Amino acid sequence: MYAYDEIDRTLVNERVSEFRDQVQRRLSGELTEDEFKILRLQNGVYLQLHAYMFRVAIPYGTLATNQLRALAHVARKYDRGYGHFTTRQNIQFNWIKLAELPDALADLAEVGIHAMQTSGNNMRNVTSDQWAGVAPGEIEDPRIWSELIRQHTTLHPEFSFLPRKFKIAITASDHDRAAIKIHDIGLKLIKNEKGETGFEVLVGGGLGRTPFIGKTIKHFVHGRDILSYIEAILRVYNQYGRRDNIYKARIKILVHELGIEKFSREVEEEWQHIRNSSLQIDDEVIEDIRSRFTYPNYEKLPHMPDELRQAAADPEFEAWRKNSVSPHKVQGYSIVTVSLKPIGAPPGDATAEQMDALADLADKYSFGEIRVGHEQNLALPHVAKRDLPALWKALDKLGLATPNVNLITDIIACPGLDYCSLANARSIPIAQELTRRFANHELANLIGRLHINISGCINACGHHHVGHIGILGVEKNGEEVYQITIGGRADEGAALGNLIGPGVKFDEVADVIEDVVEAYLALRERPEELFIDTVKRLGVEPFKERVYATR
Amino acid sequence: MPLVNGGKIADDSFVKLAVDTPLPESGDILVPAERFVGEAGALLKRAGKVGVIWPNNCDIDELVPYLGKVATVALVFPTFRDGRAYSQARLLRERYNYRGDLRATGQILRDQFVFMLRAGFDSFEVKKQADAEAFMQTAKRYSVFYQPTGDGRITALHRRMQLRHSEGVGT
Repeated sequence: MYAYDEIDRTLVNERVSEFRDQVQRRLSGELTEDEFKILRLQNGVYLQLHAYMFRVAIPYGTLATNQLRALAHVARKYDRGYGHFTTRQNIQFNWIKLAELPDALADLAEVGIHAMQTSGNNMRNVTSDQWAGVAPGEIEDPRIWSELIRQHTTLHPEFSFLPRKFKIAITASDHDRAAIKIHDIGLKLIKNEKGETGFEVLVGGGLGRTPFIGKTIKHFVHGRDILSYIEAILRVYNQYGRRDNIYKARIKILVHELGIEKFSREVEEEWQHIRNSSLQIDDEVIEDIRSRFTYPNYEKLPHMPDELRQAAADPEFEAWRKNSVSPHKVQGYSIVTVSLKPIGAPPGDATAEQMDALADLADKYSFGEIRVGHEQNLALPHVAKRDLPALWKALDKLGLATPNVNLITDIIACPGLDYCSLANARSIPIAQELTRRFANHELANLIGRLHINISGCINACGHHHVGHIGILGVEKNGEEVYQITIGGRADEGAALGNLIGPGVKFDEVADVIEDVVEAYLALRERPEELFIDTVKRLGVEPFKERVYATR
Repeated sequence: MPLVNGGKIADDSFVKLAVDTPLPESGDILVPAERFVGEAGALLKRAGKVGVIWPNNCDIDELVPYLGKVATVALVFPTFRDGRAYSQARLLRERYNYRGDLRATGQILRDQFVFMLRAGFDSFEVKKQADAEAFMQTAKRYSVFYQPTGDGRITALHRRMQLRHSEGVGT
């Protein structure tokens, strides 16, 4: 956990008071809606179909229990009793009143939470691996660097009015859980031959209307230079990124139009001017940030405690354990993923009661820490294995133990037409129907790891391009039509999915997905071959043939 | 449109010339970049100060040869969501050591003052009277800064280092 100091607290409070002034000026008419729009977006406030939507940052996905309780409090006091976790380690509240927003922000500021730059054309919430600091084999905790970058990108005087939004993600593991290849800047923490920490820097990844997988711009940037290198990228982008067309304004388009070689030369030239400036970070600064992260005092515990051995006799517990419990770097501990994907419900939602209760469980079983992942699930990062059976029972009572993590019903979906003013089609009802179709755990388990991602418009908040199965809702002649892709992935092997055929109507989507899955079960070489690997081996054609043969 | 200079609402001594306005005999003038570059010799010979309005899509490098001769550089925010001039301002101040007056023009609201001050601006053509009047108050809104810029304000990272050393933390 990172603990704010007086400096961080002061800044957040100053931001709240500035925002209060901005809301006041809007309510008094001093600011036009056009002017206010940019200002509210800088602070995570969108105008949606029914009300204002308020997006709160959870930097690098780490939450303390008092922070989760504060989110529950906001859900209860200012919203309708629930919140929605997003694909970028944020939480959204969908029914907030403008006049009450400053108070909600002030309440969150008390526990060191803010909504700065969760929308707008600026540097967004810095995201990272939700298992940072606990994943076995991790090089080092990427959150130290994430926090450094969070600070550096907060209220940046040069880059708060970029051509378009700008997202940075960091991972320090070989297995990329932070989806760095679909970010404007992706950072992979590595060591050089001298054992010094640095980053492979990727640039120009992103989804939306024109999806690109990020390209490596530099194979190693030393940790002490990372802020100046990021600053150089941003300075080139701020000046030369397109501002004439919102759909061509992301850095991925600039990188594409210039080519990665020319773009990297521009960045390199800029960087040489600024790398030996006060942007250089000395070890002491990093140590200072590191010192404000606290780590649990782990006990020395057995690898296989009796409690776990006994619980293994319960098939329901085992079903949950097998997909929700992951190895921890410390013996005797586990990382527990908490599914926010109950059958038949909107993905990523949690009620205030669930948040409060989960905070209690985290205090009891996870050293007071909770994580948020881009798959719209939560995690308890430090659970003693002996506590797993008790934790499972408690989670089950709260409806938080659906045994479907990484299975076909662990769906990523944007809010879609049910909430969003940009959407062309519904997403949540598609997700709900699919979870019902595959509700049978035996079946889901037989299918194995399979990620379905759903977006209700081309903006791709549901990351449909990188779903093993991607579903994109569009509007055609006044009707919702869904395009289906297969073969996408968001991890270290990131790839964009390919269309399997013509779009289908709302009420046909679930049937088509069932057909795709049936085709996979028939086509896979052996039960261990994952859907994504079968698609890679065979390509789209055999799926297309089977799915469209009878349509 | 009120001008804020030195933290206060001030008279603007500069007259803005269009590309084809006849050159006044005396007085301070602000000239669009293309005219300035074309007529620099003649403009700089006359009595009165000369400033240049530099658009945000022109490379600031081209202005560098004239920096010692102009009295003010006006950078442009066509809308306040277009932030290119922040980079131009920092380059002028931090790379080319421009020490003269740096003016922000265009759609300037109070909500940008802190960013602009940090980027090196020192005068502001403010769109609304109320924002101009609120300048001093707004400029002091923040006391914590995470990024180093040419304005020399101490950053949060460095303030922490000072605190650590004064408290002897880590020794």
